[in-house]
Amino acid sequence: MTEPHFTVTESGLMTPEGMYIPGEPPKGIRRIPKGVDRLGTEHLIVNMGPQHPSTHGVLHLIVELDGEEVVTVEVSIGFLHRGIEKLAESRRFDHLGTLMDRGDYVSVIHGEQAVALAVEKLMEIEVPAKAAWIRTLTAELTRLASHLVWFGTFGLDTGAMGQFLYAMRDREVLLDILEEISGQRMMFNYVRPGGVVADLPTGIESRILSFCDTFEVYLEEHDALLGGNEIFQARVKGIGVVSKETALAFGLTGANLRASGLGFDVRRDRPYDAYPELEFDIPIGTIGDSWDRYTVRMEEMRQSLRMIRQLVGGMPGGPFTAKVPKVLRPPAGEVYASVESSRGETGIHLFTDGGTTPYRMHYRAASLFTCQLFEEILPGHLFADACMLLGSFDIMLGEVDR
Amino acid sequence: MAIDKLTGENSLAFIKSEQLFDYARSNSLWYLAFGSACCAIEGLMHASGPRFDFDRMGVFFRASPRQADVMIVAGTVNLKLAETVRTLYDQMPEPKWVVAFGACANTGGPFREYPNVLLGVDKILPVDVYVPGCPPRPESIHFAFRELQKKIRGRAEERLEARRDSR
Repeated sequence: MTEPHFTVTESGLMTPEGMYIPGEPPKGIRRIPKGVDRLGTEHLIVNMGPQHPSTHGVLHLIVELDGEEVVTVEVSIGFLHRGIEKLAESRRFDHLGTLMDRGDYVSVIHGEQAVALAVEKLMEIEVPAKAAWIRTLTAELTRLASHLVWFGTFGLDTGAMGQFLYAMRDREVLLDILEEISGQRMMFNYVRPGGVVADLPTGIESRILSFCDTFEVYLEEHDALLGGNEIFQARVKGIGVVSKETALAFGLTGANLRASGLGFDVRRDRPYDAYPELEFDIPIGTIGDSWDRYTVRMEEMRQSLRMIRQLVGGMPGGPFTAKVPKVLRPPAGEVYASVESSRGETGIHLFTDGGTTPYRMHYRAASLFTCQLFEEILPGHLFADACMLLGSFDIMLGEVDR
Repeated sequence: MAIDKLTGENSLAFIKSEQLFDYARSNSLWYLAFGSACCAIEGLMHASGPRFDFDRMGVFFRASPRQADVMIVAGTVNLKLAETVRTLYDQMPEPKWVVAFGACANTGGPFREYPNVLLGVDKILPVDVYVPGCPPRPESIHFAFRELQKKIRGRAEERLEARRDSR
């Protein structure tokens, strides 16, 4: 295995120890100084995307190159803008999950959960314990599935084709379990205000546990195959360093923030559903390079497995949904609810006027903040590293453009 | 005239050789790896994954439109993206086919009320196979490719019949 590069601490936001001071790069940082014209030749403008296998969707980057080095980057988004926020104004409150599914389409449950939490906060609905636990269980299973997509495509970006196939093999088993629970492979539409749509099917517990047992072994295999690879390490270590100050200034959340050494996690700091009753660690990185982002996400998958075991073992009895009216009519007001999705803090800001549809819904997407970071972080890197860097941040264009 | 009948556009020799080529083409359909939205996860990633292994049908992804035969439009196409999709289609060499994968590519899907969304990709491209679903399962793109293979293999026979009718 690789050297221990991160430390698991219980520290909160802004811990002073181990802070990276700009101007004194930590050891092993490989980065070309910014703004230095090294070759003195004419700069080349390259359009990367919207059709490019490394942009993970329809991101368009206008990259100015000096030889092989990136000088400036302009991020162009909006190729997938389909008006989720506007359409939400014409949807009933229990139908909002359908739109949120298609927002961040890889970590699906988290979007539904954010909407459900917001409506429940407004209407002061008490969620039964079992519903909260089922939600948390499906959310953690979804986090695994989402991180597997990241893991596979990150492997593709760094040139490891096999990782993708291994990740898809494990994801198929996960999707089978989620399909049995919710009835769909991808757009579950399972979490609704007040609880969940249906109870867990009989015998799913043993299936989940047997998946946990096999996946635990597979995960170590994956980590050894990709993370233990010297070529991979040489490509990711010291590349794309995001300092704590930059991460905070750009509003990063999720694994990207934690890789920079700031231990903020919505699951622990603003707990919801069943998270207060679970035991888990928040992995944090040290300097915030691509390697830290890799190790933090791998450790997050291990923590998710730990949580899934606790959730299956301690599943309470009772109803799977609260008694809610057929047509939800929250009182006029304003509410913000957020969850920790696979990409960071996914928040829903709802404004209501007492009707059956929201007056306005704002969707806080973590990937949008990460996209803005590219203009700051990509210049000074080699163009080949830029492709890998995009993969290390795990962006989802569906939630960027909405 | 006599030479035309043997080697011209609708001659027997031409159609027979086309038939052979079409048979070969139908067994190596390389698709353009261009997923715009949700359907790309199911239609492109899982379909080429280990369970729904596409390679065994000769279907393999290409990152460049210059090397692709089939374009799978997987996901919503909005007005900003429509220009790109059309450019990519124009860059593909003939003969080329289009599969509209998922509700958004067929009709605009759940987002068709929004004015920025294109009401189906057939507004800008000639579509050969439509796959319904939101998102469709990977099995359905398997089915779509079987249908496309039938269509390609039947192409020469259709021309042969048309030739017989015209005589």
